[in-house]
Amino acid sequence: MAEIRNYTMNFGPQHPAAHGVLRLVLELDGEVIERADPHIGLLHRGTEKLAESKPFNQSIGYMDRLDYVSMMCNEHAYVMAIEKLLGLEVPLRAQYIRTMFDEVTRILNHLMWIGAHGLDIGAMTVFLYAFREREDLMDCYEAVSGARMHAAYYRPGGVYRDLPAQMAQYKASKWHSAKDVAKLNENRQGSLLDFLWDFTERFPGRVDEYETLLTDNRIWKQRTVGIGVVSPERALQLGFSGPMIRGSGFAWDLRKTQPYEVYDRMDFDIPIGKNGDCYDRYLVRVEEMRQSNRIIRQCIEWLRKNSGPVIADNRKVTPPSREAMKEDMEALIHHFKLFSEGYCVPEGEAYAAVEHPKGEFGIYLLSDGANKPYRVKIRAPGFAHLAALEEMSKGYMLADVVAVIGTQDIVFGEIDR
Amino acid sequence: MLEAIHAWMDSVAGGDPFIAGVLTVAWTLVKILSVLLPLVICVAFYTLAERKVIGFMQVRIGPNRVGPFGLLQPFADVVKLLMKEIIVPSGANKGLFIIAPLLTLAPAFAAWAVVPFDAGVALADVNAGLLYILAMTSLTVYGVIVGGWASNSKYGFLGALRSAAQIVSYEIAMGFAIVCVLLVSHSMNFGEIVNAQQGGFFSWNWLPLLPMLVVYFVSGLAETNRAPFDLPEGESEIVAGYFVEYAGAPFALYFLAEYADMILVSLLTAVLFFGGWLSPFPESWGLLGASSFVWLLVKTAFFMFAFLWVRATFPRFRYDQVMRLGWKVFIPLTIVWVVVTAALVKGGVI
Repeated sequence: MAEIRNYTMNFGPQHPAAHGVLRLVLELDGEVIERADPHIGLLHRGTEKLAESKPFNQSIGYMDRLDYVSMMCNEHAYVMAIEKLLGLEVPLRAQYIRTMFDEVTRILNHLMWIGAHGLDIGAMTVFLYAFREREDLMDCYEAVSGARMHAAYYRPGGVYRDLPAQMAQYKASKWHSAKDVAKLNENRQGSLLDFLWDFTERFPGRVDEYETLLTDNRIWKQRTVGIGVVSPERALQLGFSGPMIRGSGFAWDLRKTQPYEVYDRMDFDIPIGKNGDCYDRYLVRVEEMRQSNRIIRQCIEWLRKNSGPVIADNRKVTPPSREAMKEDMEALIHHFKLFSEGYCVPEGEAYAAVEHPKGEFGIYLLSDGANKPYRVKIRAPGFAHLAALEEMSKGYMLADVVAVIGTQDIVFGEIDR
Repeated sequence: MLEAIHAWMDSVAGGDPFIAGVLTVAWTLVKILSVLLPLVICVAFYTLAERKVIGFMQVRIGPNRVGPFGLLQPFADVVKLLMKEIIVPSGANKGLFIIAPLLTLAPAFAAWAVVPFDAGVALADVNAGLLYILAMTSLTVYGVIVGGWASNSKYGFLGALRSAAQIVSYEIAMGFAIVCVLLVSHSMNFGEIVNAQQGGFFSWNWLPLLPMLVVYFVSGLAETNRAPFDLPEGESEIVAGYFVEYAGAPFALYFLAEYADMILVSLLTAVLFFGGWLSPFPESWGLLGASSFVWLLVKTAFFMFAFLWVRATFPRFRYDQVMRLGWKVFIPLTIVWVVVTAALVKGGVI
């Protein structure tokens, strides 16, 4: 008699649902998953090692490229770790700006997630709807930093620059008539804050739009309810964080449990799930978008009323103004030292974590007193989540693995580093 | 005009059986082309319409670079596909690999032989047209299975298996839905099915057979492997399923077959449930009230649009859920409805 063997399938790294470069070796019994073995490392760029050979500030740009859909949150953890070691105070306005952009980033990430998750399960349209809104937030990134994705906007001691008073506008061209352009520029007449405010006005309606397509859709529910169930105890043991642990019904959010920046002044709720399945995690993330919207509005209101410095006034760490450099010898020296040698961080170690859109993103920083870190360790939430892939998908079907990958919101930039 | 052509053929042949045979073959070819050419052009523009319509639903523009409004896009696509290299994967069964798309395409085209376009206008006005169509559309699955198996790919193989199971399951429900139609119209000839629906919008079959209309259209989606039943090609799980290894011209043939089938299902929905070429308005309305080919076209276009609409709206089913829907919902429902319809027809209610 012929030997009966399970079907071994190579899922990825070139696969539309691999979310980048996940290679998954699946053992299938028919279409039922017997074993799912994730292979990682295809996007390894040695970020941690690279950081050891560069002055502290030069690694901020690498942080953007870790989880490349929530850029500023990665930077945030890194600059927070440096600030902790330096004992640097961040001006209040900078704290508000960071809080606001952390939430902008959270929406950016969740929009990307809802689109990709929808696409994984076969709902194409949500993806394009989500990207329509992402475009506006990308413009906000561009307005403050000049880059749409890899912003490098946060600096130890604050942020690079204050918010712009004028949004960039479209110009009429061969492809856009003056009338079209006028329409596109309608909400760009004021400052960045006005533009973002306008976005927060319409965003809840847009979230409703996604929900009409998915939340009560029978097929969507059939595909997500009861799939990839994780009990709260198990979620803790597996080291889950972020929406993954909240989906299992455990109200753990660093913004509430150990508030950083100005989250303690913000009024927002932490949504939690009940059953720990893909559907609950979907609901949690959708609600998080609404809550982020609330936080952004509170930040905008404060930022409109209060002005002030956006970066610490410590010339050993932060650059002097251009005007000062024109007449002040010392400022020029500071500038030169800062951009050639950087700054030295006192000996010691620090761990700083932020509530990243995907979970707890932490930077463990070890300094030997030099101008470069001795060691940087990145705690990427996706890594712990991916490790649970087998447990979450065992016994489910092939199509459910895709749903589980989607619900974990995996990005290989942070997992492979 | 047909008589004139036949008379002309007789006079040219002048009793010579050979010339008569050649002329008959030539005439048959002309007839085939007169159906297939418009069909292929229809498919070409249907792909464009799909991209435009779905683009519109997804707040984007769709193709607009090739020709005015992107109207020449399908031709650009065809040229691209035909110019591409036909790649046969190593370890594939070469003969079957090349034949498979033809196995799908041939029945998809052959089914159009009995399709009625207007009262009495069909390539072959056969008595059992409905049965013939059912038989032909069922045959398309062989190309899918053979193609998936011959590519020597695990994704292709899974796609072929899924497709076989799915098409066979929905064939049954679709068959029963059609049985209801022929019970009501007492015929398997399309012309008579349409004639039985005469009398305006509310005497069409959709009203008495509403559940069957739904079953038929949903089964049609499943039969043609369209969203949300597109798991044989399940983009995000098995990449492209049975045609994952196909490129260039053979891929284009699969594509052509799928779209020809979609148009066929839309047209049949119009004929079986929506009175074919009959006008929804009373005859006193003049041109609007007259039954014509245009009405069939409009109805077909609506269902073709529905195919795209569904695709832009719904997520994809999972394999076992599709099976459950087919076997546990549609088949019992249709069996019961066949009995109910038969009883009602016997009792003279419909």
